[in-house]
Amino acid sequence: MIPERAKAFVLPVAILAALEIWARATHLQSDSLAPPSAIAAALTEAFRDGSILTATRDTLVSAFAGLLTGGAVGLAFGIALGIFHVFDRLMEVTVEAIRPIPSIALLPIALIALGFGYRMEIVIVAFASVWPLLILSRAAVGAIEPRLIEVSRSLRLSPLDRIRKIIIPAALPRIFLAFRLAAGIALIVAVTVEIAINPIGLGAAIMTAQQALRPDLMLAYLVWIGIVGYGLNTGLLLAQRHLFGRAALAGDAA
Amino acid sequence: MTAIASQQTKLPDPARLQIAFSDVTLDLGGKTILENVNLDVKPGEFLCIVGASGCGKTTALRLAAGLYQPTRGSVTFDGKPILSPRRDIAIVFQDYGKALLPWRTAAGNVSLALEASGVASAQRGARIDALLKKVGLPNHAAKYPAEMSGGMQQRLQIARCLAQEPKALLMDEPFGALDAMTRQGLQDEVLSLVRASNATVVFVTHDLEEAIYLGDRVIGLLPHPGRIGIELTIDLPRRRDQLSTRENPQFLALRRELFDFIKASEA
Repeated sequence: MIPERAKAFVLPVAILAALEIWARATHLQSDSLAPPSAIAAALTEAFRDGSILTATRDTLVSAFAGLLTGGAVGLAFGIALGIFHVFDRLMEVTVEAIRPIPSIALLPIALIALGFGYRMEIVIVAFASVWPLLILSRAAVGAIEPRLIEVSRSLRLSPLDRIRKIIIPAALPRIFLAFRLAAGIALIVAVTVEIAINPIGLGAAIMTAQQALRPDLMLAYLVWIGIVGYGLNTGLLLAQRHLFGRAALAGDAA
Repeated sequence: MTAIASQQTKLPDPARLQIAFSDVTLDLGGKTILENVNLDVKPGEFLCIVGASGCGKTTALRLAAGLYQPTRGSVTFDGKPILSPRRDIAIVFQDYGKALLPWRTAAGNVSLALEASGVASAQRGARIDALLKKVGLPNHAAKYPAEMSGGMQQRLQIARCLAQEPKALLMDEPFGALDAMTRQGLQDEVLSLVRASNATVVFVTHDLEEAIYLGDRVIGLLPHPGRIGIELTIDLPRRRDQLSTRENPQFLALRRELFDFIKASEA
Protein backbone atom coordinates (compact mmCIF):
# COMPACT_ATOMS: atom_id res chain seq x y z
CA MET A 1 0.00 0.00 0.00
CA ILE A 2 1.06 3.59 -0.61
CA PRO A 3 1.32 5.68 2.55
CA GLU A 4 -1.19 8.55 2.69
CA ARG A 5 1.44 11.30 2.48
CA ALA A 6 3.12 9.73 -0.52
CA LYS A 7 -0.05 9.79 -2.61
CA ALA A 8 0.58 13.40 -3.55
CA PHE A 9 3.80 12.33 -5.24
CA VAL A 10 2.31 9.59 -7.39
CA LEU A 11 1.20 11.87 -10.20
CA PRO A 12 4.42 13.97 -10.52
CA VAL A 13 6.58 10.84 -10.48
CA ALA A 14 4.39 9.22 -13.13
CA ILE A 15 4.61 12.32 -15.32
CA LEU A 16 8.40 12.44 -14.98
CA ALA A 17 8.67 8.77 -15.89
CA ALA A 18 6.41 9.25 -18.91
CA LEU A 19 8.47 12.24 -20.09
CA GLU A 20 11.68 10.28 -19.72
CA ILE A 21 10.31 7.36 -21.73
CA TRP A 22 8.90 9.66 -24.37
CA ALA A 23 12.19 11.59 -24.71
CA ARG A 24 14.21 8.39 -25.13
CA ALA A 25 11.72 6.76 -27.48
CA THR A 26 11.67 9.77 -29.81
CA HIS A 27 15.42 10.52 -29.48
CA LEU A 28 14.48 14.03 -28.44
CA GLN A 29 16.54 16.79 -30.08
CA SER A 30 15.32 20.15 -28.85
CA ASP A 31 16.51 23.63 -27.83
CA SER A 32 13.73 23.99 -25.27
CA LEU A 33 13.13 20.52 -23.85
CA ALA A 34 15.30 17.87 -22.24
CA PRO A 35 14.66 14.48 -20.66
CA PRO A 36 14.30 14.54 -16.85
CA SER A 37 17.50 12.51 -16.45
CA ALA A 38 19.49 15.16 -18.35
CA ILE A 39 17.94 17.91 -16.25
CA ALA A 40 18.89 16.06 -13.07
CA ALA A 41 22.43 15.61 -14.37
CA ALA A 42 22.71 19.32 -15.24
CA LEU A 43 21.42 20.26 -11.79
CA THR A 44 24.00 18.01 -10.12
CA GLU A 45 26.72 19.47 -12.32
CA ALA A 46 25.68 23.04 -11.45
CA PHE A 47 25.90 22.15 -7.78
CA ARG A 48 29.27 20.52 -8.22
CA ASP A 49 30.88 23.57 -9.84
CA GLY A 50 29.13 25.88 -7.37
CA SER A 51 27.61 28.12 -10.04
CA ILE A 52 24.06 27.46 -8.90
CA LEU A 53 24.92 28.31 -5.29
CA THR A 54 26.47 31.66 -6.25
CA ALA A 55 23.44 32.46 -8.38
CA THR A 56 21.05 31.45 -5.60
CA ARG A 57 22.93 33.60 -3.12
CA ASP A 58 22.79 36.63 -5.43
CA THR A 59 19.07 36.24 -6.04
CA LEU A 60 18.19 35.65 -2.39
CA VAL A 61 20.34 38.53 -1.13
CA SER A 62 18.62 40.91 -3.55
CA ALA A 63 15.17 39.50 -2.83
CA PHE A 64 15.58 39.67 0.96
CA ALA A 65 17.25 43.08 1.03
CA GLY A 66 14.45 44.44 -1.12
CA LEU A 67 11.80 42.63 0.89
CA LEU A 68 13.09 43.96 4.19
CA THR A 69 13.53 47.59 3.10
CA GLY A 70 10.32 47.75 1.09
CA GLY A 71 8.43 45.74 3.68
CA ALA A 72 9.57 48.03 6.49
CA VAL A 73 8.41 51.10 4.58
CA GLY A 74 5.09 49.43 3.75
CA LEU A 75 4.59 48.32 7.34
CA ALA A 76 5.29 51.74 8.81
CA PHE A 77 2.95 53.45 6.35
CA GLY A 78 0.30 50.74 6.67
CA ILE A 79 0.16 51.05 10.46
CA ALA A 80 0.14 54.84 10.30
CA LEU A 81 -2.63 54.81 7.69
CA GLY A 82 -4.62 52.31 9.74
CA ILE A 83 -4.39 54.43 12.87
CA PHE A 84 -4.75 57.95 11.53
CA HIS A 85 -7.78 58.21 9.30
CA VAL A 86 -6.90 61.75 8.29
CA PHE A 87 -3.52 60.55 7.04
CA ASP A 88 -5.28 57.68 5.26
CA ARG A 89 -7.55 60.05 3.35
CA LEU A 90 -4.64 62.36 2.63
CA MET A 91 -2.58 59.54 1.12
CA GLU A 92 -5.38 57.64 -0.61
CA VAL A 93 -5.00 59.14 -4.09
CA THR A 94 -1.21 59.07 -3.94
CA VAL A 95 -1.10 55.44 -2.88
CA GLU A 96 -3.65 54.33 -5.46
CA ALA A 97 -1.81 56.24 -8.19
CA ILE A 98 1.61 54.73 -7.47
CA ARG A 99 0.58 51.22 -6.52
CA PRO A 100 -0.62 50.02 -9.96
CA ILE A 101 2.76 50.82 -11.57
CA PRO A 102 4.30 47.42 -12.37
CA SER A 103 7.56 47.33 -10.47
CA ILE A 104 9.37 46.00 -13.52
CA ALA A 105 8.43 49.20 -15.38
CA LEU A 106 10.87 51.01 -13.09
CA LEU A 107 13.69 48.98 -14.60
CA PRO A 108 14.85 51.55 -17.21
CA ILE A 109 14.94 54.36 -14.63
CA ALA A 110 16.62 52.21 -12.01
CA LEU A 111 19.18 51.07 -14.54
CA ILE A 112 20.10 54.64 -15.50
CA ALA A 113 20.22 55.79 -11.90
CA LEU A 114 21.97 52.81 -10.33
CA GLY A 115 23.50 50.70 -13.10
CA PHE A 116 23.72 46.91 -13.10
CA GLY A 117 24.09 44.94 -9.87
CA TYR A 118 22.50 44.45 -6.52
CA ARG A 119 21.38 47.99 -5.80
CA MET A 120 19.18 48.37 -8.85
CA GLU A 121 17.57 44.98 -8.25
CA ILE A 122 17.01 45.69 -4.55
CA VAL A 123 15.25 48.97 -5.31
CA ILE A 124 12.84 47.31 -7.71
CA VAL A 125 12.13 44.43 -5.34
CA ALA A 126 11.62 46.93 -2.52
CA PHE A 127 9.09 48.87 -4.57
CA ALA A 128 7.15 45.68 -5.23
CA SER A 129 7.31 44.64 -1.56
CA VAL A 130 5.92 47.91 -0.18
CA TRP A 131 2.38 47.32 -1.36
CA PRO A 132 1.36 43.99 0.17
CA LEU A 133 2.71 45.14 3.52
CA LEU A 134 1.12 48.57 3.25
CA ILE A 135 -2.31 47.42 2.14
CA LEU A 136 -2.54 44.38 4.42
CA SER A 137 -1.12 45.99 7.57
CA ARG A 138 -3.48 48.93 7.08
CA ALA A 139 -6.35 46.44 6.85
CA ALA A 140 -4.98 44.48 9.83
CA VAL A 141 -4.98 47.59 11.99
CA GLY A 142 -8.48 48.43 10.79
CA ALA A 143 -9.67 44.93 11.68
CA ILE A 144 -8.47 45.03 15.29
CA GLU A 145 -11.22 44.14 17.74
CA PRO A 146 -12.76 47.51 18.70
CA ARG A 147 -13.19 46.22 22.25
CA LEU A 148 -9.41 46.09 22.62
CA ILE A 149 -9.17 49.73 21.60
CA GLU A 150 -11.81 50.55 24.23
CA VAL A 151 -9.82 48.61 26.82
CA SER A 152 -6.75 50.65 25.95
CA ARG A 153 -8.81 53.84 26.24
CA SER A 154 -10.27 52.81 29.61
CA LEU A 155 -6.79 52.09 30.87
CA ARG A 156 -5.59 55.40 29.44
CA LEU A 157 -2.63 53.83 27.68
CA SER A 158 -0.33 56.39 26.08
CA PRO A 159 -0.48 56.51 22.26
CA LEU A 160 2.92 54.83 22.07
CA ASP A 161 1.87 52.06 24.47
CA ARG A 162 -1.36 51.63 22.57
CA ILE A 163 0.62 50.98 19.38
CA ARG A 164 3.25 48.82 21.10
CA LYS A 165 1.05 46.80 23.42
CA ILE A 166 -2.28 46.56 21.61
CA ILE A 167 -2.18 47.45 17.93
CA ILE A 168 1.01 45.75 16.75
CA PRO A 169 0.56 42.47 18.66
CA ALA A 170 -3.09 42.30 17.60
CA ALA A 171 -2.22 42.90 13.95
CA LEU A 172 0.94 40.78 13.95
CA PRO A 173 -0.52 37.49 12.61
CA ARG A 174 -1.97 39.28 9.60
CA ILE A 175 1.18 41.32 9.14
CA PHE A 176 3.22 38.14 9.02
CA LEU A 177 0.84 36.75 6.42
CA ALA A 178 1.46 39.88 4.37
CA PHE A 179 5.19 39.33 4.79
CA ARG A 180 4.82 35.81 3.44
CA LEU A 181 2.95 37.06 0.38
CA ALA A 182 5.54 39.79 -0.13
CA ALA A 183 8.36 37.25 0.09
CA GLY A 184 6.85 35.31 -2.81
CA ILE A 185 6.52 38.52 -4.81
CA ALA A 186 10.08 39.55 -3.96
CA LEU A 187 11.48 36.31 -5.36
CA ILE A 188 9.42 36.63 -8.55
CA VAL A 189 10.50 40.23 -9.09
CA ALA A 190 14.17 39.51 -8.36
CA VAL A 191 14.27 36.68 -10.91
CA THR A 192 12.35 38.79 -13.42
CA VAL A 193 14.83 41.66 -13.14
CA GLU A 194 17.67 39.19 -13.63
CA ILE A 195 16.05 37.62 -16.68
CA ALA A 196 15.28 41.01 -18.16
CA ILE A 197 18.61 42.70 -17.72
CA ASN A 198 20.62 42.23 -14.55
CA PRO A 199 23.56 39.86 -15.12
CA ILE A 200 23.46 38.20 -11.67
CA GLY A 201 21.50 35.50 -9.92
CA LEU A 202 19.28 32.65 -11.04
CA GLY A 203 17.42 34.65 -13.67
CA ALA A 204 20.65 35.55 -15.47
CA ALA A 205 21.81 31.94 -15.19
CA ILE A 206 18.68 30.75 -16.99
CA MET A 207 19.29 33.26 -19.76
CA THR A 208 22.92 32.16 -20.11
CA ALA A 209 21.87 28.50 -20.35
CA GLN A 210 19.27 29.38 -22.96
CA GLN A 211 21.73 31.29 -25.09
CA ALA A 212 24.24 28.46 -24.78
CA LEU A 213 21.55 26.12 -26.18
CA ARG A 214 21.56 24.07 -23.00
CA PRO A 215 17.86 23.24 -22.40
CA ASP A 216 18.87 20.72 -19.73
CA LEU A 217 20.66 23.38 -17.68
CA MET A 218 17.95 25.95 -18.32
CA LEU A 219 15.27 23.57 -17.06
CA ALA A 220 17.51 22.56 -14.16
CA TYR A 221 17.57 26.21 -13.04
CA LEU A 222 13.82 26.43 -13.52
CA VAL A 223 13.29 23.39 -11.30
CA TRP A 224 15.68 24.83 -8.75
CA ILE A 225 13.86 28.18 -8.65
CA GLY A 226 10.68 26.26 -7.99
CA ILE A 227 12.38 24.41 -5.13
CA VAL A 228 13.75 27.66 -3.66
CA GLY A 229 10.34 29.31 -3.84
CA TYR A 230 8.66 26.30 -2.29
CA GLY A 231 11.29 26.16 0.46
CA LEU A 232 10.91 29.86 1.18
CA ASN A 233 7.15 29.65 1.50
CA THR A 234 7.29 26.47 3.57
CA GLY A 235 9.89 27.99 5.89
CA LEU A 236 7.80 31.11 6.42
CA LEU A 237 4.63 29.06 6.86
CA LEU A 238 6.30 26.96 9.55
CA ALA A 239 7.60 30.11 11.25
CA GLN A 240 4.10 31.58 11.10
CA ARG A 241 2.54 28.50 12.67
CA HIS A 242 5.22 28.36 15.30
CA LEU A 243 4.93 32.06 16.17
CA PHE A 244 1.21 32.61 16.00
CA GLY A 245 -0.46 29.21 16.21
CA ARG A 246 -4.15 29.11 15.53
CA ALA A 247 -4.54 32.86 15.20
CA ALA A 248 -2.35 32.89 12.09
CA LEU A 249 -4.20 30.02 10.48
CA ALA A 250 -7.47 31.77 11.09
CA GLY A 251 -5.97 34.78 9.32
CA ASP A 252 -4.95 32.52 6.47
CA ALA A 253 -8.50 31.39 5.88
CA ALA A 254 -9.78 34.95 5.83
CA MET B 1 -25.96 50.91 54.23
CA THR B 2 -25.80 54.66 54.56
CA ALA B 3 -26.38 55.01 50.85
CA ILE B 4 -29.80 53.51 51.24
CA ALA B 5 -30.64 55.62 54.30
CA SER B 6 -29.98 58.86 52.42
CA GLN B 7 -32.11 57.54 49.59
CA GLN B 8 -35.22 59.24 51.00
CA THR B 9 -33.99 62.81 50.50
CA LYS B 10 -35.18 63.85 47.08
CA LEU B 11 -32.32 66.20 46.19
CA PRO B 12 -29.00 64.77 47.34
CA ASP B 13 -25.98 66.98 47.79
CA PRO B 14 -24.03 66.67 44.49
CA ALA B 15 -20.71 66.54 46.31
CA ARG B 16 -21.83 63.39 48.08
CA LEU B 17 -22.54 61.70 44.78
CA GLN B 18 -19.97 59.62 43.02
CA ILE B 19 -21.54 59.38 39.58
CA ALA B 20 -24.27 61.79 38.55
CA PHE B 21 -26.20 62.08 35.30
CA SER B 22 -28.06 65.34 34.99
CA ASP B 23 -30.57 65.74 32.16
CA VAL B 24 -28.46 63.50 29.96
CA THR B 25 -29.56 63.08 26.37
CA LEU B 26 -27.50 61.09 23.89
CA ASP B 27 -28.08 61.00 20.15
CA LEU B 28 -26.19 58.47 18.09
CA GLY B 29 -26.52 58.24 14.33
CA GLY B 30 -29.58 60.48 14.28
CA LYS B 31 -31.39 58.39 16.90
CA THR B 32 -32.04 59.46 20.46
CA ILE B 33 -30.70 56.64 22.61
CA LEU B 34 -31.18 58.22 26.01
CA GLU B 35 -33.42 61.15 26.86
CA ASN B 36 -33.30 63.38 29.93
CA VAL B 37 -31.81 60.80 32.23
CA ASN B 38 -31.20 61.91 35.79
CA LEU B 39 -29.34 59.39 37.83
CA ASP B 40 -27.11 59.51 40.83
CA VAL B 41 -24.96 56.89 42.40
CA LYS B 42 -23.59 57.31 45.89
CA PRO B 43 -20.12 56.19 46.94
CA GLY B 44 -20.10 52.50 47.78
CA GLU B 45 -23.53 51.93 46.34
CA PHE B 46 -24.35 48.89 44.20
CA LEU B 47 -26.72 50.11 41.50
CA CYS B 48 -28.24 47.75 38.97
CA ILE B 49 -29.73 48.87 35.68
CA VAL B 50 -32.25 46.64 33.90
CA GLY B 51 -34.46 47.07 30.89
CA ALA B 52 -35.67 45.52 27.66
CA SER B 53 -33.03 45.14 24.95
CA GLY B 54 -32.31 48.36 23.13
CA CYS B 55 -33.31 50.56 26.05
CA GLY B 56 -29.88 52.12 26.33
CA LYS B 57 -28.57 50.48 29.50
CA THR B 58 -25.20 49.68 28.00
CA THR B 59 -25.07 53.17 26.54
CA ALA B 60 -25.65 54.64 30.00
CA LEU B 61 -22.74 52.60 31.28
CA ARG B 62 -20.49 53.79 28.47
CA LEU B 63 -21.38 57.37 29.31
CA ALA B 64 -20.32 56.73 32.90
CA ALA B 65 -17.09 55.18 31.60
CA GLY B 66 -16.32 58.26 29.52
CA LEU B 67 -16.39 56.22 26.31
CA TYR B 68 -19.30 58.37 25.07
CA GLN B 69 -20.02 62.02 25.68
CA PRO B 70 -23.62 63.17 26.21
CA THR B 71 -25.25 65.25 23.48
CA ARG B 72 -26.91 67.37 26.16
CA GLY B 73 -26.61 67.42 29.92
CA SER B 74 -23.62 66.25 31.92
CA VAL B 75 -22.16 63.17 33.53
CA THR B 76 -19.97 63.89 36.53
CA PHE B 77 -17.71 61.85 38.75
CA ASP B 78 -17.00 63.26 42.21
CA GLY B 79 -18.54 66.49 40.97
CA LYS B 80 -16.30 66.83 37.89
CA PRO B 81 -17.47 66.16 34.33
CA ILE B 82 -16.25 62.88 32.82
CA LEU B 83 -14.70 64.06 29.57
CA SER B 84 -12.68 60.94 28.81
CA PRO B 85 -12.12 57.51 30.37
CA ARG B 86 -10.33 57.59 33.73
CA ARG B 87 -8.28 54.94 35.41
CA ASP B 88 -10.27 55.06 38.65
CA ILE B 89 -13.39 54.02 36.74
CA ALA B 90 -13.00 50.45 35.52
CA ILE B 91 -15.33 48.77 33.06
CA VAL B 92 -15.97 45.04 32.80
CA PHE B 93 -17.25 44.18 29.34
CA GLN B 94 -19.70 41.39 28.63
CA ASP B 95 -17.61 39.88 25.85
CA TYR B 96 -14.62 38.88 27.95
CA GLY B 97 -13.23 36.93 24.99
CA LYS B 98 -12.79 40.14 23.04
CA ALA B 99 -11.70 42.32 25.95
CA LEU B 100 -8.70 40.17 26.92
CA LEU B 101 -5.44 40.22 24.99
CA PRO B 102 -5.20 36.72 23.47
CA TRP B 103 -1.40 36.97 23.10
CA ARG B 104 -0.85 37.63 26.80
CA THR B 105 -1.14 35.14 29.63
CA ALA B 106 -3.51 35.70 32.55
CA ALA B 107 -0.68 37.38 34.44
CA GLY B 108 0.16 39.47 31.37
CA ASN B 109 -3.41 40.64 31.02
CA VAL B 110 -3.52 41.82 34.62
CA SER B 111 -0.11 43.35 34.13
CA LEU B 112 -1.46 45.56 31.33
CA ALA B 113 -3.51 47.57 33.83
CA LEU B 114 -0.52 47.90 36.17
CA GLU B 115 1.71 48.97 33.28
CA ALA B 116 -0.88 51.58 32.34
CA SER B 117 -0.85 52.94 35.89
CA GLY B 118 2.94 53.11 35.86
CA VAL B 119 3.54 50.45 38.51
CA ALA B 120 7.26 49.58 38.50
CA SER B 121 7.95 46.17 37.00
CA ALA B 122 9.59 44.97 40.23
CA GLN B 123 6.32 45.41 42.10
CA ARG B 124 4.03 44.00 39.44
CA GLY B 125 4.65 40.31 40.13
CA ALA B 126 3.40 40.37 43.71
CA ARG B 127 0.42 42.56 42.80
CA ILE B 128 -0.54 40.23 39.95
CA ASP B 129 -0.33 37.17 42.20
CA ALA B 130 -2.52 38.85 44.82
CA LEU B 131 -5.11 39.92 42.26
CA LEU B 132 -5.31 36.50 40.59
CA LYS B 133 -5.69 34.94 44.00
CA LYS B 134 -8.44 37.38 44.85
CA VAL B 135 -10.52 36.30 41.84
CA GLY B 136 -9.83 32.61 42.38
CA LEU B 137 -7.27 32.08 39.62
CA PRO B 138 -4.07 31.62 41.65
CA ASN B 139 -2.87 28.63 39.62
CA HIS B 140 -3.63 29.97 36.18
CA ALA B 141 -1.15 32.83 35.87
CA ALA B 142 0.68 31.24 32.93
CA LYS B 143 -2.43 30.26 30.99
CA TYR B 144 -3.62 32.10 27.91
CA PRO B 145 -7.25 33.27 27.77
CA ALA B 146 -8.00 30.69 25.05
CA GLU B 147 -7.03 27.96 27.52
CA MET B 148 -9.52 29.18 30.12
CA SER B 149 -13.28 28.64 30.49
CA GLY B 150 -15.70 31.53 30.04
CA GLY B 151 -16.11 31.96 33.78
CA MET B 152 -12.36 32.03 34.28
CA GLN B 153 -11.90 34.56 31.51
CA GLN B 154 -14.48 36.83 33.10
CA ARG B 155 -12.74 36.49 36.47
CA LEU B 156 -9.55 37.48 34.72
CA GLN B 157 -11.15 40.56 33.26
CA ILE B 158 -12.44 41.47 36.73
CA ALA B 159 -8.92 41.02 38.11
CA ARG B 160 -7.59 43.39 35.46
CA CYS B 161 -10.23 45.93 36.42
CA LEU B 162 -9.41 45.57 40.11
CA ALA B 163 -5.75 46.19 39.22
CA GLN B 164 -6.82 49.70 38.31
CA GLU B 165 -7.84 50.14 41.97
CA PRO B 166 -11.05 51.73 40.78
CA LYS B 167 -13.33 53.91 42.85
CA ALA B 168 -16.13 52.82 40.55
CA LEU B 169 -16.61 49.51 38.81
CA LEU B 170 -18.93 49.48 35.80
CA MET B 171 -20.13 46.07 34.74
CA ASP B 172 -21.89 45.51 31.43
CA GLU B 173 -23.89 42.26 31.61
CA PRO B 174 -20.74 40.57 32.86
CA PHE B 175 -22.32 37.17 33.41
CA GLY B 176 -24.77 37.25 30.48
CA ALA B 177 -22.84 34.68 28.47
CA LEU B 178 -22.19 32.26 31.33
CA ASP B 179 -24.13 29.22 32.47
CA ALA B 180 -26.42 29.50 35.49
CA MET B 181 -24.14 27.75 38.00
CA THR B 182 -21.06 29.76 37.04
CA ARG B 183 -23.15 32.91 37.11
CA GLN B 184 -24.40 32.35 40.66
CA GLY B 185 -20.89 31.63 41.89
CA LEU B 186 -19.57 34.79 40.28
CA GLN B 187 -22.42 36.88 41.67
CA ASP B 188 -21.38 35.98 45.21
CA GLU B 189 -17.73 36.55 44.40
CA VAL B 190 -18.44 39.98 42.99
CA LEU B 191 -20.42 40.87 46.09
CA SER B 192 -17.59 39.92 48.39
CA LEU B 193 -14.93 41.56 46.19
CA VAL B 194 -16.93 44.76 46.09
CA ARG B 195 -17.50 44.71 49.82
CA ALA B 196 -13.75 44.32 50.34
CA SER B 197 -12.81 47.13 47.96
CA ASN B 198 -15.61 49.56 48.86
CA ALA B 199 -15.99 50.42 45.19
CA THR B 200 -19.14 51.94 43.78
CA VAL B 201 -20.72 49.56 41.29
CA VAL B 202 -23.02 50.16 38.36
CA PHE B 203 -24.16 46.78 37.09
CA VAL B 204 -26.12 46.40 33.87
CA THR B 205 -28.03 43.16 33.38
CA HIS B 206 -31.07 41.79 31.63
CA ASP B 207 -31.52 39.22 34.41
CA LEU B 208 -34.05 40.80 36.79
CA GLU B 209 -33.39 38.37 39.63
CA GLU B 210 -29.68 39.02 39.33
CA ALA B 211 -30.34 42.75 39.62
CA ILE B 212 -32.41 42.37 42.79
CA TYR B 213 -30.01 39.85 44.27
CA LEU B 214 -26.96 42.06 43.81
CA GLY B 215 -28.22 45.59 44.06
CA ASP B 216 -28.82 48.16 46.75
CA ARG B 217 -31.02 49.82 44.19
CA VAL B 218 -32.42 48.79 40.82
CA ILE B 219 -33.29 51.17 38.01
CA GLY B 220 -35.47 50.03 35.12
CA LEU B 221 -35.16 51.81 31.79
CA LEU B 222 -37.92 52.27 29.24
CA PRO B 223 -36.96 51.97 25.57
CA HIS B 224 -37.22 54.30 22.53
CA PRO B 225 -35.80 56.60 23.72
CA GLY B 226 -34.16 55.23 26.83
CA ARG B 227 -35.40 56.87 30.01
CA ILE B 228 -35.83 55.89 33.62
CA GLY B 229 -39.13 54.13 34.22
CA ILE B 230 -38.82 52.62 37.67
CA GLU B 231 -36.56 52.87 40.67
CA LEU B 232 -36.61 50.25 43.40
CA THR B 233 -34.69 50.35 46.65
CA ILE B 234 -33.69 46.85 47.65
CA ASP B 235 -34.04 46.60 51.42
CA LEU B 236 -33.04 42.96 51.62
CA PRO B 237 -30.44 42.02 54.25
CA ARG B 238 -27.06 43.00 52.83
CA ARG B 239 -25.59 39.55 53.31
CA ARG B 240 -27.18 37.83 50.33
CA ASP B 241 -27.55 34.11 49.98
CA GLN B 242 -28.42 32.30 46.78
CA LEU B 243 -31.18 30.27 48.45
CA SER B 244 -32.64 32.25 51.33
CA THR B 245 -32.43 35.66 49.64
CA ARG B 246 -34.16 34.38 46.54
CA GLU B 247 -36.90 32.81 48.71
CA ASN B 248 -37.43 35.97 50.78
CA PRO B 249 -41.04 37.24 50.25
CA GLN B 250 -39.69 40.73 49.77
CA PHE B 251 -37.41 39.43 46.99
CA LEU B 252 -40.39 37.79 45.34
CA ALA B 253 -42.47 40.96 45.60
CA LEU B 254 -39.69 43.01 44.04
CA ARG B 255 -39.28 40.42 41.35
CA ARG B 256 -42.98 40.62 40.53
CA GLU B 257 -42.88 44.40 40.41
CA LEU B 258 -39.86 44.42 38.10
CA PHE B 259 -41.28 41.71 35.81
CA ASP B 260 -44.53 43.65 35.46
CA PHE B 261 -42.57 46.78 34.62
CA ILE B 262 -40.51 45.07 31.91
CA LYS B 263 -43.58 43.40 30.45
CA ALA B 264 -45.42 46.72 30.30
CA SER B 265 -42.39 48.44 28.77
CA GLU B 266 -42.19 45.87 26.00
CA ALA B 267 -45.90 46.06 25.17
